[in-house]
Amino acid sequence: MSPVTGIGVRNDFSEFLEQNLNKELLRFTTAGSVDDGKSTLIGRLLHDSKTVYEDQLASVKKSRANRSTGPIDFSLITDGLRAEREQGITIDVGYRYFTTARRKFIIADTPGHEQYTRNMATGASTADLAVILVDATKGLLPQTLRHTYISSLLRIPTLVAAINKMDLLDYQERKFRELERDFLALAESLGIKAVTCIPISALAGDNVVERSVRMPWYTGPAVLEHLERVPIARPVSTLGVRFPVQYVLRPDANFRGFAGQLAGGVIRPGDAVTALPSGQTSRVHSIVTYDGALPEASSPMSVTLTLEDEIDLSRGDMLVSSANLPHASQRFLSTVVWMHAQSLEVGRSYVIKHCARQVRGRATVIRHRVNINTLEPEAAESLHMNDIAAIELETSGPLFFDSYERNRTTGSFIFIDPLTNATVAAGMIRENLSEKSRISAKEQILHSQTPITPLERHQRHGHYPAIILVNARASLAGRLERALFEGGFEAIVVRENSSIPTTKHVWRGLHAAGFVVIYHNPSLSAEERLDLQSAATHYFVDLAEVELPVADAEAVERIFTLVEPLRIPPRQGKSKRVN
Amino acid sequence: MATVPQTLSSTTELQSGQDLPIQVGGGSRLNHLKTLEAESIFILREAAAEFSRPVMLYSIGKDSSVMLRLAQKAFFPGRIPFPLLHIDTNYKFPEMIEFRDQYPKQIDAELLVHKNQEALNAGANPFVLGTQKCCGLLKTKSLLDALVEGGFNAAFGGARRDEEKSRAKERIYSFRDLHGQWDPKNQRPELWNIFNSKIDKGESIRIFPLSNWTELDVWMYIYTENIPIVPLYFAKERQAVVRDGTIVLVYPLDQLHPGEKAQPIRCRMRSLGCVPCTGAIRSDADTVPKIIEEMISFRRSERENRAIDHDEEGSMEIKKREGYF
Repeated sequence: MSPVTGIGVRNDFSEFLEQNLNKELLRFTTAGSVDDGKSTLIGRLLHDSKTVYEDQLASVKKSRANRSTGPIDFSLITDGLRAEREQGITIDVGYRYFTTARRKFIIADTPGHEQYTRNMATGASTADLAVILVDATKGLLPQTLRHTYISSLLRIPTLVAAINKMDLLDYQERKFRELERDFLALAESLGIKAVTCIPISALAGDNVVERSVRMPWYTGPAVLEHLERVPIARPVSTLGVRFPVQYVLRPDANFRGFAGQLAGGVIRPGDAVTALPSGQTSRVHSIVTYDGALPEASSPMSVTLTLEDEIDLSRGDMLVSSANLPHASQRFLSTVVWMHAQSLEVGRSYVIKHCARQVRGRATVIRHRVNINTLEPEAAESLHMNDIAAIELETSGPLFFDSYERNRTTGSFIFIDPLTNATVAAGMIRENLSEKSRISAKEQILHSQTPITPLERHQRHGHYPAIILVNARASLAGRLERALFEGGFEAIVVRENSSIPTTKHVWRGLHAAGFVVIYHNPSLSAEERLDLQSAATHYFVDLAEVELPVADAEAVERIFTLVEPLRIPPRQGKSKRVN
Repeated sequence: MATVPQTLSSTTELQSGQDLPIQVGGGSRLNHLKTLEAESIFILREAAAEFSRPVMLYSIGKDSSVMLRLAQKAFFPGRIPFPLLHIDTNYKFPEMIEFRDQYPKQIDAELLVHKNQEALNAGANPFVLGTQKCCGLLKTKSLLDALVEGGFNAAFGGARRDEEKSRAKERIYSFRDLHGQWDPKNQRPELWNIFNSKIDKGESIRIFPLSNWTELDVWMYIYTENIPIVPLYFAKERQAVVRDGTIVLVYPLDQLHPGEKAQPIRCRMRSLGCVPCTGAIRSDADTVPKIIEEMISFRRSERENRAIDHDEEGSMEIKKREGYF
């Protein structure tokens, strides 16, 4: 299969367009030590897939800093900054693009020097695959271990080890097999399963785009061939919907839509969703896009959702499947990569940005730092540039997350220094450290420290509480209870019972719970009556003081009209359908 | 391609906390354009939500047209919640100005136009000043002034990383200091799709929603989305001169060099800039598919016809450090 983009021979152009629209996107990162030939490999991928344009090549050829001894120094194609060309090194993450007949590729080209670990983590954060360069003449170096470790840390699902400079070893199979064995063992020890080793010469072009005739003993694919065919395993493993709300769209009074990018799962109109942190539930009414309403949306689509009910939801909140909730917690264990010259101070407050949410957070404990050369844990009191560590974090408000292993979007966050505004670290959540390992929305409510206000209770009942004294006509109590109950009131009769002389606590409790208490006590003292009267926060009536019709039914009807004004009208817009 | 059927993703039968299988190929059903679109919309929304005063740099070109459509999509059914800003050098093609004055209005977007009137009054033009100085005054200075005057702390730009090699190193959120300058060696790390929008007063962020798009992606998107573009992109017979191997369209604003004579040439613009500094290419491509077809057979990059990039090795980086988009 030719990797060349385009129509080549003039076949049907619409066929080409069709094919081009069916391409997938594969993001990969490259890592290698200084002089491993990484830039040369990328340059060759770009060049040999015919996407390096002539004039770019021409400008490389005339460049003053051309340090090539061969015909073209491909590394000059990728090293874009003046300092890089002058010093002959790659400083910063550079992004490169090329396309073949099967896929569009985005390369995050990251520097291999020790002091730039943060750049490797940056490039790895969005990668589906990593190409790790190994200089066959030098074998596996400490840097190889580091790059492979960072790849595993950032959960890049697929690795390619490009065993380079095979030309300098006369294309011998023995050396390649040795390195392959060592690399597979390394990857396995880090829990990476999808690994492919390919013997190449980036400089000579062996096994980069075309399979090499100089290594007939190797029967696997060339690098580009592999990149085109390897399954894209996206580590989005929570199957529940994760929809961080980015923006609330309210173009007019009739429309309230929640805009965001699905960070996990598949969503359809009618699906039950829970809003975090409120815990309120609703159903998806519609999936709105510029191109029309959709019957379904999946990660990573950017859409706008409308809900059946008007619930509390704004930027920074998250809509999730009611049947599959994320963790909601303010304490968690995470792996961090420290990226700034100013070191981490335990206990200091940082801004944590997680999905669309910003909270304050502080490290409470550094459990250990990872020795990047041995991968052994070691004690640390603070973290410096390029340190990788396991730390315990506490945030000012809850985050709604999955472990990074399960979801790279809801499991990742950054640290921002509140004084300098610098991004100082990247974090990957490992586990929830709150008492319960996984808190459902229901449980979250059980754990809530917020006291319930009387008004909340009254709104739930739909009316304010009252105390009705019925000593004069005891026969009315039961009828009244039934009538009020049927009329939508929470009403209950409390009768003085000499065997349990605790009635005061009972009516007080029921009144505080928001009930309409119908109180009957034939031996009520004046003091007690005053007590009742002053306890009633909204309405107190002694039926002995009301002129009532003789017939019980009519009397009940009359009392009902007295209670009627206690009703709380339903909140505007509550359960109103949102278009 | 191994994919688990999407039906497996249904959440209805899953219990909270249960160990779930790895979802292989999740989202990979989106083709690359839809994946890019989703990412760009995410970026637009994120910035619109986090900055108090964003603005979209509108250059009228094809990339701006794509960015504008993405903004329409991001905030649909609402209006685009920020204004568009065109830095008018006074040397833009008349067809661009005509398009600029019509299209944003048509889609109900707010448009601001800014000129460095002071420099223009003083007679700034590329023939006398040279492209470097002229760009510095009429584009970079004008842009920085417009941002300050409007109190804008975030500006969207349609630049793509595949355009030029210093752009390949630029973040999606590109931090600019008090003077609007870029420090390539001291950029904020940018991981996943988590963007740091924290700035102090006077500082700003340039935001590039099209960072990961290529020229081919842009044209494919214009084609599939049927996005209106300036007619100069389509081939037609136009009055032009050939100057140092470049086809320069002849407009009243331009000055013919001694001995030059305008002639009709069937040509089109591959990218749009200022009349005196942007060359046309010979072409028969008068439809978007034809442009795409032609582009794929090209072996020359699109900015080649832009004098500004070729003044000096790394000239784009220098301009960007000074505040150029």
